[in-house]
Amino acid sequence: MRKFKTMDGNEAVASVAYRVNEVIAIYPITPSSNMGEWADQWASEGKLNIWGTVPQVTEMQSEGGAAGAIHGALQTGALATTFTASQGLLLMIPNMNKIAGELTPTAFHVSARTIATHALSIFGDHSDVMFCRTTGYALLSSNSVQEAMDLALIAHSASLETRIPFLHFFDGFRTSHEVNKIEVLDDDDLRAMINMDRVFEHRQRALSPDHPVLRGTAQNPDVFFQMRETINPIYDAAPEIVQATMDKFAKLVGRSYHLFDYVGAPDAERVIVMMGSGAEAAHETVEALTARGEKIGLLKVRLYRPFSVKHFAAALPASVKKIAVLDRCKEAGAAGEPLYLDIVNALHESKRRSIEVIGGRYGLSSKEFTPAMVKAVYDNLNAPAPKNHFTVGINDDLGHTSLTYDPSFSTEPDSVVRAQFYGLGADGTVGANKNSIKIIGENTPNYGQGYFVYDSKKSGAVTTSHLRFGPNPIRSTYLVSKANFVACHQWIFLERYDMLSALVDGGTFLLNSPFGADETWDKLPRTVQKQLIAKKARLFVIDAYTVARDTGMGSRMNTILQVCFFAISKILPGDEAIEAIRKSIRDTYGRKGEDVVAKNMQAVDETLAHLHEVKVPATVTSTLEIAEPFPTTAPNFDRNVLGIIYENRGDELPVSAFPNDGTFPTGTAKWEKRNLALEIPVWDTKICIQCGKCAMVCPHSVIRIKVFDSKELASAPPTFKSTDARDKEFAGMKLSIQVAPEDCTGCAICVDICPVKNKQETRLRAINMEPQPPLRIPERDNWNFFLKIPELDRRNIKVGNIRQQQIQEPLFEFSGACSGCGETPYLKLMSQLFGDRALVANATGCSSIYGGNLPTTPWTKNSDGRGPVWSNSLFEDNAEFGLGFRLSIDKQTEFARELVKRCNGQLGDELINGLLNSPQKDEADIYDQRQRVAQLKDKLKNATSPEAKQLLQLADMLVKKSVWIVGGDGWAYDIGYGGLDHVIASGKNVNLLVLDTEVYSNTGGQQSKATPRAAVAKFAAGGKPGGKKDLGMMAMAYGNVYVASVAMGAKDEHTLKAFLEAEAYDGPSIIIAYAHCIAHGIDMTTGMQDQKAAVDSGEWLLYRYNPDRVAAGENPLALDSRTPTRKVQDFMQMETRFKMLTKSNPEHAKILWAEAQHDAEARFKFYEYLASRKLTNKPELVVK
Amino acid sequence: MLDLTTRYLGLQLRTPLVASASPLSQEISSIRQLEDAGASAVVLYSLFEEQLKQESLELDFYLSAGTESFAESLSYFPEASEYHLGPDDYLEHIRKAKAAVQIPIVASLNGSSVGGWIQYATQIEEAGADALECNIYWVVTDPNLSSAEVEQHYLDIVQAVKTAVHIPVAIKLSPFFSNFANMAQRIDAAGADALVLFNRFYQPDVDLETLSIAPHVLLSTPQAMRLPLTWIGVLHGRVKAALAATGGIHGAEDVIKLLMVGSDVTMLCSTLLRNGINHLRSIEQGVRQWMEAHEYESVQQMRGSMSQQRCPDPSAFERAQYMKAVKGPQYIATATR
Repeated sequence: MRKFKTMDGNEAVASVAYRVNEVIAIYPITPSSNMGEWADQWASEGKLNIWGTVPQVTEMQSEGGAAGAIHGALQTGALATTFTASQGLLLMIPNMNKIAGELTPTAFHVSARTIATHALSIFGDHSDVMFCRTTGYALLSSNSVQEAMDLALIAHSASLETRIPFLHFFDGFRTSHEVNKIEVLDDDDLRAMINMDRVFEHRQRALSPDHPVLRGTAQNPDVFFQMRETINPIYDAAPEIVQATMDKFAKLVGRSYHLFDYVGAPDAERVIVMMGSGAEAAHETVEALTARGEKIGLLKVRLYRPFSVKHFAAALPASVKKIAVLDRCKEAGAAGEPLYLDIVNALHESKRRSIEVIGGRYGLSSKEFTPAMVKAVYDNLNAPAPKNHFTVGINDDLGHTSLTYDPSFSTEPDSVVRAQFYGLGADGTVGANKNSIKIIGENTPNYGQGYFVYDSKKSGAVTTSHLRFGPNPIRSTYLVSKANFVACHQWIFLERYDMLSALVDGGTFLLNSPFGADETWDKLPRTVQKQLIAKKARLFVIDAYTVARDTGMGSRMNTILQVCFFAISKILPGDEAIEAIRKSIRDTYGRKGEDVVAKNMQAVDETLAHLHEVKVPATVTSTLEIAEPFPTTAPNFDRNVLGIIYENRGDELPVSAFPNDGTFPTGTAKWEKRNLALEIPVWDTKICIQCGKCAMVCPHSVIRIKVFDSKELASAPPTFKSTDARDKEFAGMKLSIQVAPEDCTGCAICVDICPVKNKQETRLRAINMEPQPPLRIPERDNWNFFLKIPELDRRNIKVGNIRQQQIQEPLFEFSGACSGCGETPYLKLMSQLFGDRALVANATGCSSIYGGNLPTTPWTKNSDGRGPVWSNSLFEDNAEFGLGFRLSIDKQTEFARELVKRCNGQLGDELINGLLNSPQKDEADIYDQRQRVAQLKDKLKNATSPEAKQLLQLADMLVKKSVWIVGGDGWAYDIGYGGLDHVIASGKNVNLLVLDTEVYSNTGGQQSKATPRAAVAKFAAGGKPGGKKDLGMMAMAYGNVYVASVAMGAKDEHTLKAFLEAEAYDGPSIIIAYAHCIAHGIDMTTGMQDQKAAVDSGEWLLYRYNPDRVAAGENPLALDSRTPTRKVQDFMQMETRFKMLTKSNPEHAKILWAEAQHDAEARFKFYEYLASRKLTNKPELVVK
Repeated sequence: MLDLTTRYLGLQLRTPLVASASPLSQEISSIRQLEDAGASAVVLYSLFEEQLKQESLELDFYLSAGTESFAESLSYFPEASEYHLGPDDYLEHIRKAKAAVQIPIVASLNGSSVGGWIQYATQIEEAGADALECNIYWVVTDPNLSSAEVEQHYLDIVQAVKTAVHIPVAIKLSPFFSNFANMAQRIDAAGADALVLFNRFYQPDVDLETLSIAPHVLLSTPQAMRLPLTWIGVLHGRVKAALAATGGIHGAEDVIKLLMVGSDVTMLCSTLLRNGINHLRSIEQGVRQWMEAHEYESVQQMRGSMSQQRCPDPSAFERAQYMKAVKGPQYIATATR
């Protein structure tokens, strides 16, 4: 008996793939990572496949590696699979050609995602899948969660029958992450669909020394072509076989699929042809419009390759006159998008040439595709001259390709309950909603659907949940735009988002309000009051903050708000709903202990007593207006484009609003005033020792230090604080430490690091957290005043000393990284030291997301307009990308120097000498060189010679540039290691900064080769059995690479020294920086203490390997860690990533923990030995 | 032939020398060593109720921190299908200890709330412990809580545990009650099979370098045994429950003194941590030598012989004697030494 379960598309697919395979190679990439995570987790739990054995699940170093491993596994007779998307799929293409060329049965499951072009996007479209059309893989498309499970099985089954490998794809996020109630295929279904004769044939074809053959030859022009044609009968037969497989499935399970599924009027004249989740929205629209008598239809393409013209033609009604083909991708420069061209050809070959066919693009990067847009496409077909190569869903005011549509058109039946929930990531809104769907799915005959929208920030992230419940399977693959129920789980959203425009008349608005039922109305913004009155809405209020606090739930209000939803919506009868929630609490939290269950249960009990309906008055009373997102001081582009995106209204922006090459201004994060912090740091001038540590560790650059002349204070706001600067170099000057109150995330890491204690009250430091709301306005004034105080001349700052160095202006500020992030302090430090002449090549990962995800960027400029220039190419190529910067700059600098010499007549000897011979070793040198370049530009501004004109363009290259190649450990240790290795071997002057969180943080904490032994991570659910790769040691082996291993929380002076030395070293440098991370399961406020414990225990070493020391006859390696003073387990006890193994597998934990101790001791001894060696080599042996 | 046997918690013990709850019982090998060195029973290290609760809440907190916030990282950890939370490890330890040694194993539960006790006590019984020692460790800091309420809470716990399990239950107490004798009597009446006198409240220290309050557990000093000596002397003959002395027992003479005032067993910890498990042997030997030298035949013979009821001068346990002591020349000499 099959069961109904609520799950997302990734789980649905993984559940089938896991059970019908033996070898699974995985690598994380959004949005497919979860499939690999499921497989790894099931394997670690010993879950069996349909043949009673646990599949071998192995993480590889890249998708290219995964494809290679699968190729090998298939060739030696295993049933093997993998999961991927986007760039990952592109990396698999070389192997896919081989696998198909050798007629090898397998299915790869792809949550289709946008390929990076002018920008990266993690969201869904078919641009990745379309790259695979020429691989020889069969391409099979699923449109919904249920279909994804069904067609995953059909793909594996049909691949064995046809010998053609399958690429089974479904839309990233829309299907991969949509939660839906589906009927789960059981093991018997899987067994019935996998033909064991075909499995045995696959085994017999396997490479084996017991019956040796040769496969994978090299061939010449004489035979390659002919052999390529041998496969034709296989491909010709495939469509029929796939259909037969679908028919077998239909007989077994009851759900019927076809290579092309037609829905709509049998006598349709206008038809849309498309594939993917958008087809479900189209299906819903077709049903609604045909009910009104429209002669329209929809042809869903399921088997896109091999493309069967015969089946296509048979599926298309004879009455069709016009076809619109919708492609979810863009092929710039092509005569049309891929599916469109295929349909044009199919009509041509099937002799139905009288049908008019047009093509259009929709839904790129998960752009909404709604029934209103579908209707626009049919309306376009009705036009006398339908627009061809159109777009739908955007306003293309540049190329005028877009179809207009009526956003108010809706096909959603009244029988469907539609709800929208606005929450913060941290409050558990999404989790609660996933639970609600489960509860309704399991306790009622209703179907449920949930889709969740996240913003691009990692701290204070806003989530919007879109839920539907109804008596029939839900096809609405688009966001809820007409909601019966809207919930706002955070009061602060009222001043930021328009949540009520989606509410239907007479709908319900649930508001989490700290003000109670009586006061809430008057505190609402004017527009919110207006909307509630106009819509005759019902308003419910709960103070979930208080209930959560009183019941020990902290910031998590999931259970409370879930109870409210059920209580108000009455989808289930009252008692039944509460009992179902209780059961769900026991199921969800039971394994985490009775106390966790108990506090949730208490929250349930307390909620109903605090939920109140507020009668909506007839008149608007509020004078509170919602402020503009960005201040009027922001440039127009920032306000009118980035500000709109920030307001969640990016969909409204037309094409012409954007640059055409993906270029954006820097210095824009400062416009977002997110006011996330409940408490902010407050400086105590009296006891502060001005050490600079608070500013140094601040992950969001919200603590700034300035030293200035006291006359600057003349116009200071009344509460602005300053004190006498203590350094003798700054005698007579004032010093201020100022906090940006609206940018602070409240992580309190600054307080934790402050070394000073108040003598009267030792709980207080020289910087202390205090509630933000009363400080918001005065500190905003102070901050604005502080910004106007001139920066200290960089030439007067001793950069080797933190207390002075931290006066340098950060050119990396207010990132959306996690509150208390361990990576960003390193980037900020780099930006302070070298930012005004730095180029940053950033590998994809956390740092590229908080560094460059629209709407804004934390990378910024100084008052001269200089600052880091930043770019992200890919994940795997970052070292090479950065080396390209260096090669380019070096060449242009060389050329500029040549031009300086050639222009000697116009420049004069003194200037030329200065320009060409400046050492540019310190800030004073750099300053002087910039002065010379200014002189040069001045002298050449009217010059007419070709050399002078060229030199004018290249003059800035005469000032030293600092190239920084930045990325995480997933890049440096795994996918990008080959390139990294080559780049450090190049001898070129580049600086690599590895932000080592010891996991793939951005994709949710999968293990990398940097993950230490015994840590639990995704893909290492049973604890990582192997030790951490010693990247530093590998780099040192070259001898001419500067290598440093640092941990700011353990020894900040050491970190600073390493950055200065690395940049000064005239060759490749690599800094491996320990970064604590939310994926470690730690208190982020005390993350720097974790860093210290890692170093004190020997788990992490501090060292610097400086090849320049060899010239002085010294050992290049300086071990800066002391002999460990603590056991590694003291450190491990501080972090959930280690501790959880003692709870999930205590026996295994004991073994791994002991090995981890041994690792640390052995590593320390080895480094100690290396660092203590006396050098006997002569300096000239050093290779540069 | 000297008879050192004693009865405690319904168990016939070879000697009155019992290893009290300490880190020494964390490893099965150490429990074996204790048996070899002559411990007549071992009270296992304590299962801390709050620790279990804390671990459970922490795990939930950190596994859910940052989840469902960002589209690429909707969680940061794999979900294990089960967690060995709660007392699983401890219960397993009881089973292993029982299998490893012949002497009785007394489990120890440290906590202060009623709910946790019943659940864990039942599981401890099921795991095979011969008896249960409940260390009611409650540092009351709420000024609004009356003594009567505090005392009632103790009694509730005793009654709840006694109702929940069939194995004998010892109650380990602190002396900080307005009338300890009255409290002891009420706990006795509530069904406690033994009173273990006394637990030592953790008293924090100040770290002058870091200006922080530092956890600093001190081992007991020999002077500490005066406190159990006093109250066991007072209680002997007045309560049905057995009496166990703990705290400051460092040598054979301490053991003998405590037996004489009425202890059924004497529990050893600090001296074994300081001098090693084998020190137990020399204490037993010392007891034997003293008994032989003073012609005692059995522990039974000496037990309670110096209690308040049986000693020559009962007032010696009370205020009158104290006044004599503080005024006397010997006190002044000691104080100024």
